[in-house]
Amino acid sequence: MASSDSATAPADHKRPRGLAPFLRSQMRNIAPFLTLIFLSAFFAIASPSFATIDNVGNILTQVSVTGIIAVGLTFVILCAEIDLSIASIANVTGIAVAYFTLQESYVNIANVPMPGIVAILLALALCALLGLVNALGLTMIGIPSFIMTLAMMQIAAGVSALLVRGQIAYKVPDLITTLGSGSIGGIPWIVIVAAVMLLGGHLVLTYTRFGRYVYMVGGNREAAEFAGLNVKLILGSVMVISAVCSGIGGMLGVAHFGSAQQNEFDTYLLDSIAAVVVGGTSLFGGRGGIGNTIVGLFVLGVLNNGLDHVNIDSFLKILIRGLILLAALIINVYAQRLREQAAD
Amino acid sequence: MASAGVVRGLPSPLPLAGDADARPARGGWGLSPRYNSRREPPTPTLPRKREREPTADAVATPISYAIALMSQGRSPILELNQITKAFGGVEALRGVDFALHAGEIHGLVGENGAGKSTLMKIIAGVHPEFSGRFMLDGKETRFRSTRDAHAAGIGMVHQELSVAPDLTVAENVFLGNQPTNRLGFVQWRRMAREAGEQLSRFGIDVDPMTRLGDLPIGLQQLIEIARVLFSGARIIILDEPTSALSPPEVERLFATLHKLRNEGTSIVFISHFIEDILRVSDVVTVFRNGRKIAETASADTTKGALIEAMIGRGGEALEHSYTDDLMLPQSGAGAAVLKVDRLSLRRSLQDVSFEARAGEVLGIYGFMGCGQLELSRILFGKQRPDGGTLAVDGTARTFRSTAAARRAGVALVPESRRAMLFHQEPVYKNISISVLDRISALLLKPVRERAIAQRQVEQLQIRPPVVGLDLGMLSGGNQQKVALAKWLTYPPRLLVLCEPTRGMDVGAKNDVINIVRDLRAKGLAIIVLSTEPETVLSLADRILVLKRGAVVREFAGEAVSKDRLLEAA
Ligand SMILES: Nc1ncnc2c1ncn2[C@@H]1O[C@H](COP(=O)(O)OP(=O)(O)OP(=O)(O)O)[C@@H](O)[C@H]1O
Ligand SMILES: [Mg+2]
Repeated sequence: MASSDSATAPADHKRPRGLAPFLRSQMRNIAPFLTLIFLSAFFAIASPSFATIDNVGNILTQVSVTGIIAVGLTFVILCAEIDLSIASIANVTGIAVAYFTLQESYVNIANVPMPGIVAILLALALCALLGLVNALGLTMIGIPSFIMTLAMMQIAAGVSALLVRGQIAYKVPDLITTLGSGSIGGIPWIVIVAAVMLLGGHLVLTYTRFGRYVYMVGGNREAAEFAGLNVKLILGSVMVISAVCSGIGGMLGVAHFGSAQQNEFDTYLLDSIAAVVVGGTSLFGGRGGIGNTIVGLFVLGVLNNGLDHVNIDSFLKILIRGLILLAALIINVYAQRLREQAAD
Repeated sequence: MASAGVVRGLPSPLPLAGDADARPARGGWGLSPRYNSRREPPTPTLPRKREREPTADAVATPISYAIALMSQGRSPILELNQITKAFGGVEALRGVDFALHAGEIHGLVGENGAGKSTLMKIIAGVHPEFSGRFMLDGKETRFRSTRDAHAAGIGMVHQELSVAPDLTVAENVFLGNQPTNRLGFVQWRRMAREAGEQLSRFGIDVDPMTRLGDLPIGLQQLIEIARVLFSGARIIILDEPTSALSPPEVERLFATLHKLRNEGTSIVFISHFIEDILRVSDVVTVFRNGRKIAETASADTTKGALIEAMIGRGGEALEHSYTDDLMLPQSGAGAAVLKVDRLSLRRSLQDVSFEARAGEVLGIYGFMGCGQLELSRILFGKQRPDGGTLAVDGTARTFRSTAAARRAGVALVPESRRAMLFHQEPVYKNISISVLDRISALLLKPVRERAIAQRQVEQLQIRPPVVGLDLGMLSGGNQQKVALAKWLTYPPRLLVLCEPTRGMDVGAKNDVINIVRDLRAKGLAIIVLSTEPETVLSLADRILVLKRGAVVREFAGEAVSKDRLLEAA
């Protein structure tokens, strides 16, 4: 499993540690992985239709949009901030790209058709702009990210509402249609895009200076400032990255679902946060990474998909998801404490 | 902000004078004789919970010295045998024996990483896993957590400040022990009043409802000490409690310790200030490399002998006391690197003007709360002044961020380790953080980073010399060295050091002195801010004394001593 620690692997042999403390300090990476294996094994035994190639493909497709959004969110949570506007920004970006595309005549939206590439660029600019507003509110005015992005959630939803006015749009530029719902050699493009973005996020976090700064700011913001880092710039950047990832997820999602409408992405807020946190990225910042997020995505994907394969009251499913999320949160907080003890 | 906590009062006279011979005498160098009488020890058990009656105002008991005298014939209240503790492959303690008697102050000295804190953490239940025998009140005991230790009447002030910065002063004083009414609601008014009373008894005058994190670190440390001292614990462990305090607070602390000792409390006192140890403690134990080297009555030993036992070689060279006059050099320094003109900050600084010159170490001395910390923050762009100007290399600057200050060639080592280090990251990342932008444009260069860190680790003799180790696993003094190390690869134009030798052992202090001299020789302008006269005297070429936010005295090219500094401050 790739996590931030892989870059520092050479350091690990030199650490004069026993196995037990090592396992304890790695609890945050191990626990989600065990959860994943356990869930997969459980559903594989419980349902013959679960462990099939087709179904693995289904799971991958199902987690793709969440995965794209979660890339940016991972950066934010690593900095010990939160972004609650991801789903709304995804929504408004998806709607915007449809707004700038020529719709069928029966669609009753006062839209502004543009060439495909321009529509895409405008939509990207919109989500980047909203991210920038988040960034400025957080760093310049000093509004806590929790509140700032809560406001942005409403703002983005408001813009969505104004653009579609309760209608549904269907068409998006061809490029987006292909990436969102097409496939190549049997592999859906959306899975490929999600994989590329996750890989990109991982490379940035692990091998670039910016990625290191993200971990350092999350690990101890005051120390980062005393080291002369431009903490505000880094925090602002992660908010913009998060918004842009959400926007991309939103555009592809619209193509994937085949329609653009209000409140289409609401469930993605919780799913994305859950994926990042269940994977073991610390809510306190500085620990975790894209590797963790990938495991978290699979835990959620397997859970959602697996519950459809076994015969369970569909209302009970919601409760089960909630309980698993709670367990993951407990592990997350507990792992942090174990680590702190190990480093006492 | 910082001025919210003004420390009032002057040092009260020490009750120590003349009672040296009243202290229990022990064997000289070598292992301590054991006092294994089979009697149940008649230990005076103090109430575990916070007392409602003010303890410190209790009548001074004449039995105190009797207890001290008797302790020689009595079994210790705490006795550890053959304690061994390893962290992974590193043996922090190897077969240590340690005994603590009722009504004694037990000093602990040893180099950085010798294992002092580790042993104390075992006693306080922080490390439940160790091998060896742990006897409390003559009965074999095993603490599973700090809570067990707390219940047994053991209180510890950790080397690293462990306060809750977001809670109020009052909440911190009563941490986990708030007075509640019958319905379980916290009685805020009562809590604030009692906290205020306790603190003022300790000479701290601060509004109990201020957020603790807004106070200067020395005051936070005092409040943490006060919390433990007045918690009613019968065994109190103080791990370098004076590191952030200035002389008046130290005096007050010592007076309180003696009072508690005389009331039968046992106290362990760890410090790198050997003079303090000799003055305050009855017995001293020396650690080296995870072993106990010696235990002696402090009346029977000297500073030189202790240093020699600590570092295992002649310690005379390291033994300065700065009580005599010291001649500051006539100015041979170069151009002014920093020019500060009439800097002011609310109630913390008033019209502070000075210059820092290339090739010169400027010492700024003052008591806690005199405005030093604020000054250092302004120089590094962490805080904006209300008025005044600042020029680096002749260019006027207003730093909007620490990044801007760094770009202008200013570097700061703040006084708080917690604030400047990444405890969960390896040593090399802590060192390379401030040079990353020089060695890599986009991609990290881990090999280069490690090489840079390795060089600093060797130069500063950081122990253990493993750059991949998580910083939190180093001992306190070694962490301090890491904090300094990060600025040394690409030396800045102006280096501002707040309490650079805090928590360092004598040898390490000497290393720092040499490093600072090297940097000075390279033409850096260096500012050392400290509340310890020794630190300033050992490093500075010119000394400013800061008092209530204003420069009140400058020592340049003249004689100076500890007393003269204290007098001016
Ligand atoms: N949690 C830990 N994990 C691994 N090693 C540790 C840990 N705590 C302490 N050590 C190691 O144990 C040794 C003793 O450390 P300790 O903190 O007891 O030293 P100390 O005598 O208190 O030093 P100082 O004067 O610097 O505070 C050091 O080598 C340190 O690196
Ligand atoms: Mg220590």
